[in-house]
Amino acid sequence: MFRYYCKLALNSILQAKVHSSLTILTVALGIAACTIVLTLLHSMSSNPVAHKSEQLFRVQLDNWDPNQAAVSPDLPPEFVTWTDAQNIVQAKQAKRQSASAITWGMVNPAEQGLTPFLALMRVTGKDFFPMFDVPFLFGAGWGETTEQNNEYVVVLSKEINQQVFNGANSVGQTLSMLGATFTVVGVLNDWHLSPKFYDMSYGAFSDPEEIYLPFGLKAIFELPHGGITNCWKPVESERYEAFLHSECTNFQLWVELDEPREKTQFNDYLTHYVEQQKSLGRFPRPMNNRLLNVNQWLEYKQVVKQDIQIMFWLSVMFLLVCLINAASLLSAKLHTKHSEIGLRRALGANFGQIIMQYSLEVIIVGLCGGILGVLLAVAGLQGVASLYAGYGQLIELNVSITLGVILLAVAGTVIAGLVPVYSACRPVPAMQLKQ
Amino acid sequence: MLAMNNIGKVFTTDVVQTHALQDFTLQVDEGDFLAVTGTSGSGKTTFLNVAGLLETFDSGQYTLDGQNIKGLNDKQRSQLRNEKIGFIFQSFNLIPDLNLFDNVDVPLRYRGFNGAQRKERILQSLERVGLGKRLRHFPAQLSGGQQQRVAIARALAGSPRFLLADEPTGNLDSDMAQSVMGLLQEINQSGTTIIMVTHDQALAKLAQRKIIVRDGKVCDIGVSTIGLQPQELSAPRV
Repeated sequence: MFRYYCKLALNSILQAKVHSSLTILTVALGIAACTIVLTLLHSMSSNPVAHKSEQLFRVQLDNWDPNQAAVSPDLPPEFVTWTDAQNIVQAKQAKRQSASAITWGMVNPAEQGLTPFLALMRVTGKDFFPMFDVPFLFGAGWGETTEQNNEYVVVLSKEINQQVFNGANSVGQTLSMLGATFTVVGVLNDWHLSPKFYDMSYGAFSDPEEIYLPFGLKAIFELPHGGITNCWKPVESERYEAFLHSECTNFQLWVELDEPREKTQFNDYLTHYVEQQKSLGRFPRPMNNRLLNVNQWLEYKQVVKQDIQIMFWLSVMFLLVCLINAASLLSAKLHTKHSEIGLRRALGANFGQIIMQYSLEVIIVGLCGGILGVLLAVAGLQGVASLYAGYGQLIELNVSITLGVILLAVAGTVIAGLVPVYSACRPVPAMQLKQ
Repeated sequence: MLAMNNIGKVFTTDVVQTHALQDFTLQVDEGDFLAVTGTSGSGKTTFLNVAGLLETFDSGQYTLDGQNIKGLNDKQRSQLRNEKIGFIFQSFNLIPDLNLFDNVDVPLRYRGFNGAQRKERILQSLERVGLGKRLRHFPAQLSGGQQQRVAIARALAGSPRFLLADEPTGNLDSDMAQSVMGLLQEINQSGTTIIMVTHDQALAKLAQRKIIVRDGKVCDIGVSTIGLQPQELSAPRV
């Protein structure tokens, strides 16, 4: 009977092409709108290191102006100073610790026969790579000794390795940049954290940096201060070193702590550190250290903007309106089928068989609406990506969302369509035959 | 075979109650050809709907082929209707989107026959009504008389014990009406019990028995002139 119902359903859909197309389009539009916003919301609110989001902590210290909080009403700055970053990383009180900052510089791959170009760089510690599960295509990060000796080593992104070394294993190769020769120790595989929680200075969904080098090289090469720099009192002189020893904050400091006990111990260490700094005349404000894990940090940074959440609910409402419209269209179509329903009942179909027959038609309409909706959503997401730079990574529909959306379309259409189907089948056959 | 005792059926609206059937008592034996006549609104179509299990009844007792109808659920009623009853309607009630083969196929699908069984029955019944060569035609491509023949083929395909006909010639001209009535008589002679509702006294004369329904009751039972031929009919009322 299932094949028979399928045949009848397809026959009915094809007999009323315009009506069926309108119903499918109505469902598809609702699904597409909902999917686009759902995909954006899902990507924005996803946690890229969910398996260790309770172990990674952003460190905030309040070195700010005694008369005015860094962030209203009474929050510490989001970044730390060079001094604090260096001190805390070197103290090694956490399982892993990483201070880092964005910078940039000229790369001059003359040996490779390429013209110089400006690259976005990140100065960071050796722990950065294992802390954030950075995937390597070739080689690895640098080691302890290399870091302590400020050796000239770099880790390249896959894209830069492709550009300079044609994608070959460049570990051990040299690269001229910043007026010196650096040795490549590692090449990253594809790596796009979304959101880029460890540093959202250029936006939560910005591309990762192209070149990574040891933190200490920032001072040696006097690399520019990328990202966000905040100062609450003037820097004493224009010398580069004066900035590094100022109260200006520019560096992201992350630590990895496995156990709650370790967190308590690290908090105690921070308290002790700040007290020590206070005795040196720094940290004029009351003790205000913060350790936020990844989820807390994303929430604090409001990665998922409220307007996106409002948009999501608006799109759900729109979907509901579309489904109600689809139900109206189905109802209008079924109104013309009363006589046929009555006839089928007279010829021996029971209530369940009639419900099954017309439900299958509704399911096919919902399925077509869902598939068309997904196609429209893909087009819509590409439109979003072209309108808003930096949202490129958000345009991809993942399999679970795609399947979920199609399921939603079918379920929504069936729920919306069953009402008219049920009411069309409910009268006794004699009444339907009269109609 | 078909026995109704004191059947009552009331249609209720917000403003009025209509007693469509009151103490309706009737017995139809196997092989009967019964004509049910009466004025408009007398209750003859309601009787046919109740007899065909298309409508429920409020009181009394109805036994069809030994089975008490009261208390059957929708599935049981549908199955009984499918197996034992064939319908012929005044307006043919063919499904316009389906060709003749598929129209006749409808009751057989619900009966659960396999493909080969269905095909055999469809071909046989369409052959019987003289339309065996027009399987792929659609209803709109046929005349009224031919459409009614398709409806008869559909009714016969499941080999029902009862054929219920509601004004089967009401939409046909006299020639076609004669042809359809001849077919019904032939079907009756082969053993199928026929109950036919009609306004037309001339048509009613062709049946073995005739009842007159008035105000929802059987008020007269008579035996028609058996052996009257369809060709002797006057033109049916339209």
